[in-house]
Amino acid sequence: MSKLIFEKGVKGSNSFRLPSAGLPQPDINHTLPPIFLRHKDTDLPQLSEVEAVRHFTELSKLAYGVDNGFYPLGSCTMKYSPKINEWAARLPGLAALHPYQVPETIQGALQIYYEMQEFLAEITGMDGFTLQPAAGAHGEMVGVMIIKAYHLYQGDRERTKMMVPDSAHGTNPATANMIGFDVIEVKSNQRGLVDLDDLKSKMNKEVAGLMLTNPNTLGLFEEEIQDIAAVVHEAGGLLYYDGANLNGVIGVARPGDMGFDVIHVNLHKTFSTPHGGGGPGAGPVGVKEHLLPFLPKPLVVKEGELYNFDYDRPLSIGKARNFYGNFGVILKAYAYIKALGGEGLKDACQNAVLNANYMRHQLRDDYNIPLDRLCKHEFIINSKKQADPHGISTMDIAKRLIDYGYHPPTVYFPLIISEAMMIEPTETESKERLDDFIAAMKIIAKEAKEAPELLLDAPHNAVIRRVDEVKAARKPVVKWEAP
Amino acid sequence: MNIPKKLLYTKEHEWIKVNGDKGHVGITDYAQHHLGDIVFVELPELDEEVAAGESMGVVESVKAVATLFSPVSGQVMEVNEELEEAPELLNEDPYGNWIAIIELSDQGDLEGLMSADEYKSYCETLE
Amino acid sequence: MKYIPNPPWVAKDMLKTMGLNSLDDLFSDIKDDLKIKEGLTLPPAMGEMELRSCMKDLALRNISTEDYPCFLGAGAYDRYIPAAVDQLLLRSEFYTAYTPYQPEISQGILQSIFEYQTMICKLTGMDVSNASMYDGGSALAEACNLACNSGKERRKIIISDTVHPEYLEILKAYSLSGRMEVVLVPGREGAADIDAMVAEIDNQTAAAIIQQPNFFGVLENGEKLEQAVHAHKGMFIMAVEPVSLALLKSPGEWGADIAVGEGQPLGCSLSLGGPYLGFFAARRDLMRKIPGRIVGQTTDLDGKRSYVLTLQAREQHIRREKAGSNICSNEALCALAASMYLAFVGEEGLKEIALRSHQLALYAGKQVEEAGLELKYQQPYFMEFAVKVSDPAAANQKLLANGIIGGYQLEDALLLAFTEKRSRAEIDHLAAVLGGKMDE
Repeated sequence: MSKLIFEKGVKGSNSFRLPSAGLPQPDINHTLPPIFLRHKDTDLPQLSEVEAVRHFTELSKLAYGVDNGFYPLGSCTMKYSPKINEWAARLPGLAALHPYQVPETIQGALQIYYEMQEFLAEITGMDGFTLQPAAGAHGEMVGVMIIKAYHLYQGDRERTKMMVPDSAHGTNPATANMIGFDVIEVKSNQRGLVDLDDLKSKMNKEVAGLMLTNPNTLGLFEEEIQDIAAVVHEAGGLLYYDGANLNGVIGVARPGDMGFDVIHVNLHKTFSTPHGGGGPGAGPVGVKEHLLPFLPKPLVVKEGELYNFDYDRPLSIGKARNFYGNFGVILKAYAYIKALGGEGLKDACQNAVLNANYMRHQLRDDYNIPLDRLCKHEFIINSKKQADPHGISTMDIAKRLIDYGYHPPTVYFPLIISEAMMIEPTETESKERLDDFIAAMKIIAKEAKEAPELLLDAPHNAVIRRVDEVKAARKPVVKWEAP
Repeated sequence: MNIPKKLLYTKEHEWIKVNGDKGHVGITDYAQHHLGDIVFVELPELDEEVAAGESMGVVESVKAVATLFSPVSGQVMEVNEELEEAPELLNEDPYGNWIAIIELSDQGDLEGLMSADEYKSYCETLE
Repeated sequence: MKYIPNPPWVAKDMLKTMGLNSLDDLFSDIKDDLKIKEGLTLPPAMGEMELRSCMKDLALRNISTEDYPCFLGAGAYDRYIPAAVDQLLLRSEFYTAYTPYQPEISQGILQSIFEYQTMICKLTGMDVSNASMYDGGSALAEACNLACNSGKERRKIIISDTVHPEYLEILKAYSLSGRMEVVLVPGREGAADIDAMVAEIDNQTAAAIIQQPNFFGVLENGEKLEQAVHAHKGMFIMAVEPVSLALLKSPGEWGADIAVGEGQPLGCSLSLGGPYLGFFAARRDLMRKIPGRIVGQTTDLDGKRSYVLTLQAREQHIRREKAGSNICSNEALCALAASMYLAFVGEEGLKEIALRSHQLALYAGKQVEEAGLELKYQQPYFMEFAVKVSDPAAANQKLLANGIIGGYQLEDALLLAFTEKRSRAEIDHLAAVLGGKMDE
């Protein structure tokens, strides 16, 4: 394993210097009262530039991104991130803008904001968008705040509950709780879709809304979505769209037309912005007309030929973060939409769905597919066929995939399918690439029967073997300490 | 699965061993097995008044978390601080390692709990 | 442009393998009345060359801090980023990775986060740090959320209005949860009114909060507040600026329970306000309650040192509606930028940068006073101060006309920030324009 950066370098090897200020050097002990001053050294790394560069280069070699290979991580839409967008985000005229510059000095940037609000509204069938949220879960939070603010404005104080399906992302119930709602779980039926009868029986005047992902987390389109919307709306609730899976319908159908009132989209999934090893993402939130007044402030508006910020929004939920949004992410998604156009987005969706169904078809002889029918952009298999007699789990299959050079799919989610492995190929993978992966999966299925230790002990070719997660959690070591 | 005869059980998989107005409370073998390697126990607060069925602590494994519900109403008299350093004791011997001792305020609460046989049948319905 | 590798004939083959005829067959589960009929109304698709000029044109319609010297601060700072930082951030093994769920294939990302957590602890003087949050404001709101969740019946958040006004607005939005009651205490002479804050503290108090330096650049003395809130078993939370911590007393030294802040000055470009970096650090006993990802050190089966996402039982994917926070994606790449920045400037470099900022601010204070202007507050400041002007918008216009990006507009003043990127000559120019010695 790589040495930690704190274990490298010697005092005085760092060469960073500022130019002369042409002013006498102040003595901080005289310019500020001692109560404000630090006593303990920061003890930060002391490396030469070349050694620091090598350190981070070495770390990069121990990481795996979409550019390294196939990354079928279900629900994360790990599509290729076009390089031109990285170039654009680094243009000084976009990267070196201070958020408090006066609008007349940032007209180009505001145009991106304004047009992006419009593009997303058109793509999703909503009436207005905020680009403020920094991630999907943050978007959910803003969306649920809007739902709460709307009901409170209506004088409806009884709506204290939020419904989520049992197949939902963990962020849905966690978000509802953060905004002070009690969570009611709606069951899925045998077909993996929202059980309409269960929904009806639980819907009442205390329910603020239903948070739904469509296609859902099983990769299936909620065919009864209009009926679901009717049940929720008739009882006075609002319908929330978790846009994590938008890639499965983009350009083909719109959440706004399905009856959703509030939606977030993940620019780092559907709109190709890279995920940065955990972030930054961006989670713009769109609403229908009746919810426009509650959007966070400011929105970007066009007044004549000039773009400006609109802070005059008395019913707004306020702000969910500083400034306006993850601009550096938003502009990459903007460039992506510009590159593809409407037809290109539809192509992307169709090919994502094609790739998923093709893989499902090719894997069904070797793996159990709990809901083996037309899926959208992703599907679920599990290790049922591999379990006996050697006790192979989904985790073993995932770890063995690492030996074959792949990033494993999402495992153990959604919770309603035991031993789930969720595969999302995305549209940016070629048939050739998919066939290679399918071949690897077939070999692994064979190994599971004939040489189970290859799976049970996997990975064999990675820089480390499986880690002791119990030790990490029982006696947490979460920072380096000098020996 | 080990279900000692002399204890009483809850549907949330806690056990209680009553001795007069004192009850030792812990989690069952079934609970520890399903949680997997336990990594952390958030103990109840000393002297706290708890109601039957109310949450008073948390048991965490790497991939799961379970709320610890009090089987009875009463006051927390003692907590097993040993678990803070060695949560794995709950895996190793779930009935030998109690989590809290509660002073019962109402013996009537015990009537709502399951006997060993009842709990065994209950667990079988969950499989 | 299209980023789809399969040509149509390959797609056809794939359909045939499945016994399907057309791509439309893949959408038979969506009712026809839900399908888009006429196509989306979006601008026509562009090739890469067109897109390049389009983005360049948009960039040219802005005035950037590369064009004009920038004296804006107010929570985002125009600092120098060593060239090596951006070069290394372009390593796509980093930026095209997802959250490191599979440790065996993600040791590089995991180790970088572990190093980031360590550096944040060193800077703030706290025991534990998470892997990052969205930004300074939302990190503060999450800290308040934690404070309100952890103590029974504690819901009062006492905060000075000398904290960044946007942080206060974020706190208000988060308080829609109904779990926190925000008590805003007006400051005095640009500093927190500590006595008034102390007077608000009671046994329902979850936390008391100050920002250091505060929104107006003024240094706050948190000593009495820390003692008072701890005497009532509430938490002391500080929002801090990371570069200044090279010289200023750390939250750990002040006795804070939680330290949060905006990490943008550590190697993140201004980028019109995002993506930035919320850092979040706390006392050790809060470790199992803090929000977000945490990386821990462990060993693999062979006993080799390795890193893994840990304490996950806190998080939304396991705890669901019982989780303390819903955060999932964070700002990992910005955190990586921060560790790189701190590695390249190093301990001495960060001190030098902080001291230069302070030096230039002191010099500017003297220069604007000599130009006939008056500082709004007579308080100790570090790298930012408010200078009185009768019409801040007009003053900013005048500065802009003279090739200067001016300050943050307060009611009767401009808030000006000084980083190591500013020079003596730029400050002389600023003072001359503000003092009316330059023509429009």
